[in-house]
Amino acid sequence: MTGIVGYGAYIPRYRIKVEEIAKVWGADAPAYKKGLMLEEKSVPFPDQDTITLSVEASKNALQRADIDPREIGAVYVGSESHPYAVKPSGTIVAEAVGANPDCHCADFEFACKAGTEAMYVCYGLVKAGEFKYGLAVGADTSQGAPGDALEYSASAGAAAFIFGKEKVFAEVEATYSYMSDTPDFWRREYQYYPQHGGRFTGEQAYFKHILGAARGIIEKTNAQPEDFNHVIFHQPNGKFPLKVGKMLGFSREQIEAGLLVPKIGNTYSGSSPLGLTAVLDIAKSGERILIVSFGSGAGSDAFIFRVTERINEVRDKAPKTREMIDGKKFYVDYGTYAKFRGKILKG
Amino acid sequence: MREVAIIGVGMNEWGELWEKPLREIFVEAALLAIDDAGVKRIDSMYVGSMSSGLFVGQEHIASLLADYLGMTPIPSARVESACASGGLALRQGFIDVASGMSEIVLVGGVEKMTDVGGGEATFALGTAADQEYECYHGVTFPGLYALIAKAHMHQYGTTREQMAMVAVKNHRNGSKNPAAQYPFEITVDDVLKSTLVADPLRLLDCSPITDGAAAAVLCPVELAKKLKKDPIVKIIGSGHATDFTALHSKEDITWPAATAKAAERAYKMSEKKPGDIDFVEVHDCFTIAEICVTEALGLFEKGQGGKAVEKGLTSLEGKIPVNTSGGLKSKGHPVGATGIAQVIEVVKQFREEAGERQVKDAKIGMTQNMGGTGGSCLVHIFEKE
Repeated sequence: MTGIVGYGAYIPRYRIKVEEIAKVWGADAPAYKKGLMLEEKSVPFPDQDTITLSVEASKNALQRADIDPREIGAVYVGSESHPYAVKPSGTIVAEAVGANPDCHCADFEFACKAGTEAMYVCYGLVKAGEFKYGLAVGADTSQGAPGDALEYSASAGAAAFIFGKEKVFAEVEATYSYMSDTPDFWRREYQYYPQHGGRFTGEQAYFKHILGAARGIIEKTNAQPEDFNHVIFHQPNGKFPLKVGKMLGFSREQIEAGLLVPKIGNTYSGSSPLGLTAVLDIAKSGERILIVSFGSGAGSDAFIFRVTERINEVRDKAPKTREMIDGKKFYVDYGTYAKFRGKILKG
Repeated sequence: MREVAIIGVGMNEWGELWEKPLREIFVEAALLAIDDAGVKRIDSMYVGSMSSGLFVGQEHIASLLADYLGMTPIPSARVESACASGGLALRQGFIDVASGMSEIVLVGGVEKMTDVGGGEATFALGTAADQEYECYHGVTFPGLYALIAKAHMHQYGTTREQMAMVAVKNHRNGSKNPAAQYPFEITVDDVLKSTLVADPLRLLDCSPITDGAAAAVLCPVELAKKLKKDPIVKIIGSGHATDFTALHSKEDITWPAATAKAAERAYKMSEKKPGDIDFVEVHDCFTIAEICVTEALGLFEKGQGGKAVEKGLTSLEGKIPVNTSGGLKSKGHPVGATGIAQVIEVVKQFREEAGERQVKDAKIGMTQNMGGTGGSCLVHIFEKE
């Protein structure tokens, strides 16, 4: 059965607290913390971008998969912050992990669901027998305009998954996709920061599509909410995934293991995929996992995974996600953050 | 002048109506009002809309709405007086019927506010203030009303909690109104802990951004009687007044002079006085507005509006129930529609269709609809017969 044979995460060690951002803009930090359940977010160092984050996560995935990288027949990188407008991120990632040259390579972009989109295509082609292994990455160094509500959450991180038919520790039981043309959030060419439709991004975008994909996959598999040990939803803030989970009949306990946003922010294409890595870090054999992403524009991809015995052999071979979140980290002030993110430039 | 009655009202769902365009929102409410009136024709119509141009990029809605209502070639006019546009539509319809120019007149209001972002909505609403002398300096409506609140607190000792109590009361009333956008109760603590918008006003002191419409059908009382309407809802007083648009031009920023003047005119026409009024719908765009307005309507002494709320005088069971519908705060505030929605609450009370928020033996009702920081105001008095 086709599924995941290797997974890896990467989260930058720099962080900025909600209070630090709120202080600069005269905003109400307690309201953001309580209302959106955000505490701090990851900040990429100046020499980090979507490609380097992808490489780090992919290396961790390869360590767990314990395969020859030359057997990887596809490298797919999903992001909305590809460093180049024209030139793929995936070629650099493929070279860096040693998957080239006999390899199919593509970049994906679909707001925050580019990561699961890469996974979806990768899984499908592996299942079809086009190549033995495929690498799919969701990574972002996301942008939030200075003072915009997004600035409190837009962060950086990556999650990588290698799909195959042998050595599988998380079998794909089902997939489902749901989309519509919904302009809730966008960034046009040459624009540095995205724009969003305010409250329109909620009910009409996030909730509609996650509910569509989640209900679709649950119906397709005749499942019940209690059939899942862990569920992961896209995490633009802490409130939305808990709310959508409740609407679908899931308990907070089912959501908590994969809910990372309060401590790292919204890693966009890395968001729900990183949640999946955190769940795989603790999942037991036989457990079922539901993951539903969301990307503005808009759409959701859903997967159901069943964890196998093999998880116990692979999970300790690379750093765990919660260790990266709670481990050594450095807090930066707003000025440093603004410099790191290119919001201010040396004259 | 002929006596004028309201024979039909209509209001559909209010809220964030992402799926519906302005014309549909209006036509739904208008058809409900026409059905309610049971009439087969409309002779003319007046629609209040503050800023369809800035909110949805559509002007010339007088013909657009008559067209989509299937009513062309009747005379149709859009009237605008900022947030008092709905009240102005009512007055124009009243004058049209009273003068004998028209028999059956549709009056309505509509606003579709959520197609734009928060910044653009704030700008559009800001055009109700003085652009050159106020807005260019960066002030927004919450900012202007915050100045009024600070002044009222300073002059009369009105407290932060008293303002919060206005929101608490209106939400309590709104929780009993199925048509309200936010039909839930809140506490004083919720208000005091909500996000600070413009000191001292917090999020729960402010009325929301709403998509919605409201409509009513007017005709001569004679005709209403022939149609066997029961009760007959008569418009017995209509007062309209203006004041300085810019807050800084006013002698006393805590005193909405246009409201006081419009009320004086409506009382005079109706031969009623504040003590005769059984309940009132007022323009609580911000909690402090309700406090100032209840004073200007003569319901309480100058400076006593805050204390009146605290004593429960304006609650459903109080001496003079204010905003039984939930007011702008809980029911929602699609600016152009608000003035007509206030009238709908009066009709519902008179028809004893207000459910849990029913005011006992309500015979005389009043509405007060205000533009900007009080640059324009419409006050109407109604009698149940």
